[in-house]
Amino acid sequence: MSDTILKQIDDVVKGNAIVLFMKGTPQMPQCGFSQQVTAILASYGVPYTAINVLLDPSVRQGIKDYADWPTIPQLYIHGEFIGGCDIVNEMHASGELKELIAPLQTNVHPA
Amino acid sequence: MTTAIHPDTIKSLILKGIPDAAVTVHCYSGDDHFEVVVISAAFTGKTRVAQHKMVYAALGDNMRAAIHALALKTSALRTSATQEIRT
Repeated sequence: MSDTILKQIDDVVKGNAIVLFMKGTPQMPQCGFSQQVTAILASYGVPYTAINVLLDPSVRQGIKDYADWPTIPQLYIHGEFIGGCDIVNEMHASGELKELIAPLQTNVHPA
Repeated sequence: MTTAIHPDTIKSLILKGIPDAAVTVHCYSGDDHFEVVVISAAFTGKTRVAQHKMVYAALGDNMRAAIHALALKTSALRTSATQEIRT
């Protein structure tokens, strides 16, 4: 795995409040697990950065090495790896995700 | 390309890595989509990410090959929700 890819991933993860590495796009997810996470994020109405790993095999593999996590989707908030689909679902149900995201909802983005 | 893995094999791999675990494995689509519940005292005090990583570590290379999708739920305690699945 080239260090350049890991550095690029790190820059994206650290440079954006919410980052989702997924298969497909929020508009057209290519995997049921990715779809579930986009639906949960949509329910909070917060903007997030979505990276479609299907567009680049080196990112698809790189993100697994970066997080030491074998599956996609992967959700990051404030540079921290939150989890995959199962964990995001659990944290959504328990209210923990809401706590993490709530401060980001207060940011008003001018039209 | 990939060879099928039996739910019992998944269970025994997890038990090898986390010996005290209560493990349930369900196959929910084809022979490579699994739903797994793991309950173990070894998870106590660990984050969900750390708990899931322990299970992934036990499954080793199978996560990249024979297992296409794994819906995973881990818990340190036997809650009512997990007991329901354990029936």
